[in-house]
Amino acid sequence: MNKDNIFEIFRTLMAIVISLILAFIIIFFISKQPYVALSKFLLGPLSKTRYFSNVLEMAIPLTFTGLAICIMFKANQFNLGAEGAFFMGAVTATIIGIKFSLPGLIHPILAIVCGGIIGGIFLFIPAFLKVKWNANELVSSLMLNYVMFYLGIYIVNYYLRDSNAGAMVSYKLKTTALLPNLIPKTRLHYGILIAILMIIITYFFLFRTKWGYAIRMVGFNSKFAIYSGINNKSVILYSQIIGGIIAGIGGATELLGMYSRFQWQNLPGYGWDGVIVAILSRNNPVLVPIAAFFLSYLRIGADLMARITDVPSEVVSVIQALVIMLVAAESFLAKWKHRVIAKKAIEEIKAEEVNMNEQYI
Amino acid sequence: MKNEILRMENITKIYSNGITANKGVYFSICESEIHALVGENGAGKSTLMKILFGLEQPDDGEIYLNNSRISITSPSLAIKNGIGMVHQHFMLVPSLTVAENVVLGLEPRNKGFFDYKKAVAITEELAQKYNLFVDPNSIVEDLPVGMKQKIEILKALYRGAKILILDEPTAVLTPQETVELFNQLMHLKNSGHTIIFISHKLNEVKQISDRVTIMRNGRNVGVFNTSDVSENDISRLMVGRDVVFKLDKNIKKLGKTILNVKNLNYTSETGKKVLKNISFSVRGGEILGIAGVEGNGQRELVEIITGLRNYYEGEIVIDNIRINNLSIKEIRELGTSHIPEDRMVYGVAAQGTIEENIISDRFYKKELNHRILMNIKKVSDISKDLIKEYKIKCSSSKQKVSMLSGGNIQKVVVAREFSSNPKLLIADQPTRGIDIGATEFIHKKIIQLRDSGTAILLVSADLNEILEVSDSLIVMYGGEIVAYFDDTANVTEEELGMYMLGLKRQSHDEIGRVIYE
Repeated sequence: MNKDNIFEIFRTLMAIVISLILAFIIIFFISKQPYVALSKFLLGPLSKTRYFSNVLEMAIPLTFTGLAICIMFKANQFNLGAEGAFFMGAVTATIIGIKFSLPGLIHPILAIVCGGIIGGIFLFIPAFLKVKWNANELVSSLMLNYVMFYLGIYIVNYYLRDSNAGAMVSYKLKTTALLPNLIPKTRLHYGILIAILMIIITYFFLFRTKWGYAIRMVGFNSKFAIYSGINNKSVILYSQIIGGIIAGIGGATELLGMYSRFQWQNLPGYGWDGVIVAILSRNNPVLVPIAAFFLSYLRIGADLMARITDVPSEVVSVIQALVIMLVAAESFLAKWKHRVIAKKAIEEIKAEEVNMNEQYI
Repeated sequence: MKNEILRMENITKIYSNGITANKGVYFSICESEIHALVGENGAGKSTLMKILFGLEQPDDGEIYLNNSRISITSPSLAIKNGIGMVHQHFMLVPSLTVAENVVLGLEPRNKGFFDYKKAVAITEELAQKYNLFVDPNSIVEDLPVGMKQKIEILKALYRGAKILILDEPTAVLTPQETVELFNQLMHLKNSGHTIIFISHKLNEVKQISDRVTIMRNGRNVGVFNTSDVSENDISRLMVGRDVVFKLDKNIKKLGKTILNVKNLNYTSETGKKVLKNISFSVRGGEILGIAGVEGNGQRELVEIITGLRNYYEGEIVIDNIRINNLSIKEIRELGTSHIPEDRMVYGVAAQGTIEENIISDRFYKKELNHRILMNIKKVSDISKDLIKEYKIKCSSSKQKVSMLSGGNIQKVVVAREFSSNPKLLIADQPTRGIDIGATEFIHKKIIQLRDSGTAILLVSADLNEILEVSDSLIVMYGGEIVAYFDDTANVTEEELGMYMLGLKRQSHDEIGRVIYE
């Protein structure tokens, strides 16, 4: 690992520490029992297996959307449609789970594959608009999120709604479709294995295949890529399609692992959180699970704090925002980095001078 | 000895990427002198001047103006202290008039409104006083480069500059414009100004400067009265060894025609006719140079041949294949290599490693892939071989290109483009802004390629380079070919200058000799 990466990791940790300190100051101001609140916030998730399992459960969807966004950001495509693709992936899995009768194993696999395909098809749209008419993918993918959301809601509420249930939810999925739990007495499901597999595939895809190479070169400098003969239009297309596929798979996995019926009436927000994960991990698939775990830990910790003490869980949103601002500020600590480099260089120069003088003598 | 006006002591500057540009540099200039600052690219001249002009902050050291210490944290402070700078790339607003550009930021006002008449009067008065004749009412974008430079100088003078820094002012000028500039500089010197003249053209340094400071590797390696040292002395100090200026070239063995450009016309997005009826050919084993002041269509020509630019009229044939509808990849697969004009824009992905940059034209090929995964070992082996062959100074093949010096970055580009055994090489400013050692190396490699039968099109703003490296040459002016010389040995720089400025042009038949079948 080179020095730059070490510095980046250090800088990210510093950003996290500073934002936590700020969060503590806020907690001290608003809480009558700050010490209890703090300990719940920081240590709560570790206090029970169930809580820790909650952290891992939440990290699974964050890993998927984080990876999806990683690939798109690596190609310098600011497609934010992972949110909608995740949602549509879950809707697709619901359809397959309700309408199809298949044996164990095959049922969830089909549901997840279809979820991925649908996610890929949707995120192809902003990519196509960009290649064809140079439409900004950020704007079109943001708009597309509404299309995907309302389309999904429409499908669930009009075709799959269980009118016997008390709320706006779908029928129950066939049990053959659901992903079984991995550890008894928790909700941690086999999706975590799919997530781990996806991390490995994404890493190899980005860093060991020619397609991943092309994505990275377009992301570094698209003019250079074009000059070298790389077809940057196809890179723009397939990077976003693959992003959509991963997000769709994530949505399907989340639904089959955590729920027995479709019950979202709002966007669950994992796509947005995926952006945070991608930024924290510096678009590196290997760091994605760590970032996802961190974010999920903060969430669960804040949840516990809010449940047991008088601090509202909104505080965690404040902390998150602070972390992201500090991490995203690329020049944060740049002066300090410069001073370290300068100091070392000045020492080297002095040593060089001594050498030169000795030569003269 | 005249009075010292400004002194920089022990200046050290380290960039955040770890590159040390200045190491304890001492630099001093006197009142009304022309002081040349010479050194190879990367020696630290530009950084030292950026510090003096407040564009960069030193990590160590002091600056004294008239023996009192000052700190220059911004260009506006530099200007307040009477220091002005004319950059290599002009900072003018192209759509405004000369007078508007001169007074920009310090406009004369009348009842709160911009007083254009006053601006014109100011410009005229300054022009008169310093012998820098310009038309205050013309629009800057219509003016030739030499004129733009005068406007930059006037701008600095209007802001009260006593010390003028000129960063490689002659790099963009024709020989005739250079003579004119030198006259103006002498005039400025005689009126009490001090001029810091950054250059690596030693004949010019000898010709114009009173004293010379030589830098190498971020250090000041000597200050002399220019009359006391010879060009050879200076170059030895600059490079640290003797430099052979002459290239050894064998007699050319010409092959068949590789590149054929026929009746090429191109109109830019803004509706300007950039290329007019261009026809020429390059044969295997031949280096055809294109001389011309920048902006006379060379860039567009190169971009069209390499496939970066479309929507042109005419025909381009490479090795008997018409390339008009081919993609860049297909053109490259025909055996075309391209050293781009600006290496940082097109030539490299600076955040990528050396390996990643070296394989960008061949990463998809079978020999670098095992089924779906890339053959990392092969990639690394190829890169290591090329690093050795091209003497790229780096810590490993996985180092980021942004950490290399300009010359080494260019060597990465050259290594990639030369190692694909090209039939046709388009070299656009192949040695711009790199040190003498690397320049020499790249020139030798170009000639090696020529000897192995590659057809080479060499575009350069550096007349020395054109005359020395190419076998034959064409001159472009206003989007046309205005001259063709089948042997560069019979051309002088002055003669070329006449064609480059559009003062002379050859007959249709003479130019037509550059077309073969």
